[in-house]
Amino acid sequence: MIATMGLAALWLAAALAGLQLIGGFLSLRLPGNPLEPVVRPAAIVQAALVAIAFICLIAVFWRTDLSVALVVENSHSAKPLLYKVAGAWGNHEGSMLLWVTVMALAGGCVALLERRLPERTILATLAAQAFVSLGFYAFLLIASNPFARLDPAPPEGNGLNPLLQDPGLAFHPPTLYIGYVGLSVAFSFAVGALLTREVSPAFARAMRPWVLGAWIFLTLGITAGSYWAYYELGWGGWWFWDPVENASLMPWLAATALLHSVSVLASRNALRAWTVMLGVVAFAMSMIGTFLVRSGVLTSVHAFAVDPQRGTFILALLAINIGAALTIFALRAGTVSEGERFAVVSRESALVFNNVMLTATLGIVLLGTLYPLLAEALGSQVSVGPPYFNPATAVFVLPMLVVMGIGPLLRWRRDNFARIRPVLILPLIVLAGVAAWLAISGLHLLALLGIALATGLLMIALVPLKGRRLRTVTLPLWGMVVAHFGIGVALLGVACDSAFSTEKLVAARVGETVAIGPWLVRLGRIEPVAGPNWTALEATLAASYSGGAPHELKPQSRSFWTPVQQTNESAILTRWNGQLYTVLGEEADDGRWQLRLWWKPFVTLIWLGGVLVALGGALALLGRVASDWRRAIASGKIAYRRQRQGRG
Amino acid sequence: MMRALLLASLLIATPALADSTMPPAPYANVQLEDPAQEAKAAALMASLRCLQCQGQAISDSDAQIAGDLRNQVRLRIKAGEDPEAIRAWLIDRYGDYVSYAPRVTSLTWPLFAAPLALLGLAFVLLRRRFTRSAA
Repeated sequence: MIATMGLAALWLAAALAGLQLIGGFLSLRLPGNPLEPVVRPAAIVQAALVAIAFICLIAVFWRTDLSVALVVENSHSAKPLLYKVAGAWGNHEGSMLLWVTVMALAGGCVALLERRLPERTILATLAAQAFVSLGFYAFLLIASNPFARLDPAPPEGNGLNPLLQDPGLAFHPPTLYIGYVGLSVAFSFAVGALLTREVSPAFARAMRPWVLGAWIFLTLGITAGSYWAYYELGWGGWWFWDPVENASLMPWLAATALLHSVSVLASRNALRAWTVMLGVVAFAMSMIGTFLVRSGVLTSVHAFAVDPQRGTFILALLAINIGAALTIFALRAGTVSEGERFAVVSRESALVFNNVMLTATLGIVLLGTLYPLLAEALGSQVSVGPPYFNPATAVFVLPMLVVMGIGPLLRWRRDNFARIRPVLILPLIVLAGVAAWLAISGLHLLALLGIALATGLLMIALVPLKGRRLRTVTLPLWGMVVAHFGIGVALLGVACDSAFSTEKLVAARVGETVAIGPWLVRLGRIEPVAGPNWTALEATLAASYSGGAPHELKPQSRSFWTPVQQTNESAILTRWNGQLYTVLGEEADDGRWQLRLWWKPFVTLIWLGGVLVALGGALALLGRVASDWRRAIASGKIAYRRQRQGRG
Repeated sequence: MMRALLLASLLIATPALADSTMPPAPYANVQLEDPAQEAKAAALMASLRCLQCQGQAISDSDAQIAGDLRNQVRLRIKAGEDPEAIRAWLIDRYGDYVSYAPRVTSLTWPLFAAPLALLGLAFVLLRRRFTRSAA
């Protein structure tokens, strides 16, 4: 019953998307056609219908309705409730429904709230949004129906991959999807503006909150995903250049570039064509990311959907959407001028430089991620991993970080370095000092560069606040400072982890003490414990930091039974200056236990930095939305007053 | 993909590896005594793919074949072999797929040309942009 309702809502929503598409596109040729007034309401009702479909899916998972094939494949009545609900989107069909839901809600918001742009641009934008949505509705309804039934219903479900039974899973995929879909709105705006030749600062201001919002969620999603891999996989690594990680990094790189270029367009009316192009590229990356994760072309820990039909479908959607957008761009690019000019030394130049560097980094990541697939298609196998990605991206990222520090100090349009030289001296001295001190201690070159650069960045990121009264600093400026500072913090964490981490792999007897870095770790006892759908061996470790009071850690080696799988649950102790990471391995035949221990100084800064970057984005978004709001209220008041004066 | 699976299944079929009652390889989960040697081994192991697992390095895997390869790498480093020589030996044995550091071959050269091409492209783009705007 619930499943049937969900499916019906989905079909109705698809029909409304069709209406929205026709009405929106007709308005380009036939302004004032009778379908025009329907477009906005269609988007809003569509959002409500898809939300109902999604709630229906959660409901069938909640109740473990075993007449629904998806529930049978991915759930089990003995699973904890949180993972039953999260299981609704922890699989292919459910996650595509989540994608469509977020997209429809975003479209509904645009239809409901956006009043600044000319009406025909909004209609064209909503038509573009409907065009993209229709592809995904077709995909859901034809190739991956989440509400497909089983008759007769089996007595029990198959369970969920234990690696995914983690609170991180409940929030990680939705976070990334919100980011992906936010970029689809930016894409629709770009197409709408191209179609109606309205690539203007007003267009940039309308698009900016969506780009910012998407970027915040992508940042959080990547940060959370990285931390999840770090504690769940049990080997202390936090970034593997795994294709699925790259699939989330690529849209982020494009969105970062887009975010900055959209700001230039909004405040300086420059970089018009470039901004539109990035809008298309950013969404293309979202779709490539979805393709990589959802099609099963990858062999990686994340790829849990294996079905070539789906891959082909997503690829076709990608080709149609991006092909259509690029065709429109090619036809209209001639009519979109680049906008205002600026000098070589100016803030615009710094932003352009970093945009180009971000795009080049994106190119490297894209090529390195797709190359093994291309090679496989040609009949041979290669692996592309950290030894390739690290140096190849560093070539572009390191200069970018330097310019990121200096850029915000420059003035718009025209400036000279002599003016900002005084404020650069202190960070430079510190940077040189740190570099010299580290060089003496004989660190690896890349780690040395990283720490020195991070120290410089942390200082220079704060310089834009210099000489201002902090209470008068605007929210968007705070946002920029916090986000750039966050990049410095994350870089420091990365460099410290690679420079100072120590690892200890030992086979220890109960009662034995192991030394690692400043820690003494004693293996207390090993005992069996049981959870709702697993049993485990749990070690009790007593860890003391340079002779201090012991802290207890309890790493587990877990065995799940639906499906059967072994996982290591690491136990992590966080201090202000780093993390002690412990894993219990197997029992050796002489009665000793494998322990894997890491002391990772300042590793937490990586994710703290990520959170700061997202916080910076949130501050900027808040500032922009608040000022838009104030402007809307003010213009409303003026209109009201005029009306009254007119009467009086 | 198929080849990797085939390789992996061949490896599993090898009696010495398949026999789980055998004592684990001595250096599978134990570090080398000399920290400098261990650092070399760790760097190498992080750049070798575990053929049986999905997208994990042998340094990050619980699979038995990964343990066996770790043991091999540590033993050879201990015997004074050069890390790159060990990599070459492994590539010889398992194919290019085992190494996360692609070699420059007729197949992979675009990977290495790309950063240079992108650098060139970035330079041209920026130069054009700025000479135009300065005028």
